[in-house]
Amino acid sequence: MNAAAKITAANLSRRTLKDKLFKGLVLFLSLITISPIVLIIYKLVAKGYRQISLDFIIKTPPNTFEAMTALSNGELIPGGIANGITGTLLMVVLASVIAIPVGVITGIYLYENPGKPLANLTRSISDILQGVPSIVLGLIAYMWIVKPITSGFSALAGSVSLSIMMLPMIVRSTEETLKMIPQSIKEAAVALGVPYYKVILRVLIPTGFSGLLTGILLGISRILGETAPLMLTALGSSVINLDITKPTSAIPLLIWEFYNDPNMVDLIWSSSLLLMGMVLTLNLVSKRIAARTK
Amino acid sequence: MKLGKLPAKQFSQLLKVHQMNSDKITKGVLLLSSFVILFVAGGMIFSLVEGAIPALKSFGLSFIWSNNWNPTEGKENYGALPFIAGTIITSVAALLISLPLSFSVSLFLGEYYRGTRIAKILGTMVDLLAGIPSIVYGLWGFYVLRPLLIDLGLPNQGFGIFTASIILAIMIIPYATSLSNEIITMVPNELKEAAYSLGATRSEVIFNVVVPSARSGIIAGYILSFGRALGETMAVTMLIGNANIVPDGFFSTGNTMASVIANQFGEADGLKLSSLIAIGLLLFLLTGIINAIGKFIIKRMG
Repeated sequence: MNAAAKITAANLSRRTLKDKLFKGLVLFLSLITISPIVLIIYKLVAKGYRQISLDFIIKTPPNTFEAMTALSNGELIPGGIANGITGTLLMVVLASVIAIPVGVITGIYLYENPGKPLANLTRSISDILQGVPSIVLGLIAYMWIVKPITSGFSALAGSVSLSIMMLPMIVRSTEETLKMIPQSIKEAAVALGVPYYKVILRVLIPTGFSGLLTGILLGISRILGETAPLMLTALGSSVINLDITKPTSAIPLLIWEFYNDPNMVDLIWSSSLLLMGMVLTLNLVSKRIAARTK
Repeated sequence: MKLGKLPAKQFSQLLKVHQMNSDKITKGVLLLSSFVILFVAGGMIFSLVEGAIPALKSFGLSFIWSNNWNPTEGKENYGALPFIAGTIITSVAALLISLPLSFSVSLFLGEYYRGTRIAKILGTMVDLLAGIPSIVYGLWGFYVLRPLLIDLGLPNQGFGIFTASIILAIMIIPYATSLSNEIITMVPNELKEAAYSLGATRSEVIFNVVVPSARSGIIAGYILSFGRALGETMAVTMLIGNANIVPDGFFSTGNTMASVIANQFGEADGLKLSSLIAIGLLLFLLTGIINAIGKFIIKRMG
């Protein structure tokens, strides 16, 4: 081997080594990145599973004295988070009722008027709304609902803040879904002389249904775990409340309360486990629906 | 008059009129709903400004750079500098920490293992990171990460900018990854093959072909994830130590704009409430600008 070939060979092996090292680094850092999700779920299951029972779902939390007694006797803390579960359901349903119709109709508007200045403006504004921090939405709902309308903290105010959060996600997913529907399907309906609203209700929405559903489920899974805006609006309640003008609890709000009460702190893990279970199930279901339609 | 008895011509005319009306109504409803969004956004800015006016009147623009936060009655004085500084420092730190991680994941998904089963599993797990509620991140940071950092010698019982940044970094990884992964996948194969045929190794292809041609997408992804970090509330509130001071270092305690609102809102009224709303307004503007920049870059890519 002459000198030049030797240098090239050395150079090549150096480059190959560099290439391998880089790939190893990528693999290593990728593993580090996914480790938190494994560690978090492990922690929640390991510390929370014992508390999960029927009582945990159908009973309200104990007062701090009962919890302390149970702790000093070395027993599980009695009671559950029924007020949080009902409150979360109430507010999520109400937020969906507000956000889904407006979001879907706006999405259809954007799809039907692609180049119009108003549509472009609406799309940009909706994108910006999506980036607004949830705590700011809490402030907004406080000023719009808590002060003037329910004159006190309320489930309605919580729902309004959550619905503003959900709205842009639904607008976006509706428009993206409708864009994927072949133009010919819509044209066939129009050619038959079907009125415009029937084209929307009978053709566009059913054809894109699974896409719309995916967007809605993802939106719901995003608002299920929101805590900050609810602290400013729904506040929390120690009993089950279904009156939308009264303060209401939610699972994340209860986690926050338990976290701040040394006697109740054991309940954070089981509550978080239940909340995570709900969020991840919704997440995976919506992904499954999305994957099946592709 | 029964429709069935009408002459065919008249019938079709009537139908047409009816249909035109219903089409008009439908179009009107579509238009109206898009006005709802504009109205909500406009109303938000209006309400935030209106709520912030008492604070801005008392302190003027110096509200933004004053670092005095004193709720004592009679000597009330509020400035937003500690929180603006806290927000920017934690978010920049979170971005820097998350950078190598999310870059690796997007290379894993979009380049090394594109389309394979293992990439699908890894991708799902990274997406799930976005599904974990902020408060659960906070709990994990408090009970798992913080003791670990205390063992490593972190001051202030493990609370502070550094701890909050680590958790924030984990939280924003999915946002940076999803966009840059998509863009990296879209880099044309011909470009890469040309480089391979010249004898380039894979890492050389990545740094000389893939990254340059996916650059704006990757940058936009990081900008959007930075916007996320700016507004995160619960996890930061639980870990940053909640001190109303301008942080004097990476391991100092502090407060962000979002966390001070969450912390102090409960006991706030009058001037203090107005100051918190003013901080909310600033946060709204800051995230709005950052997101607009990110979206602008994406739009320019086409």
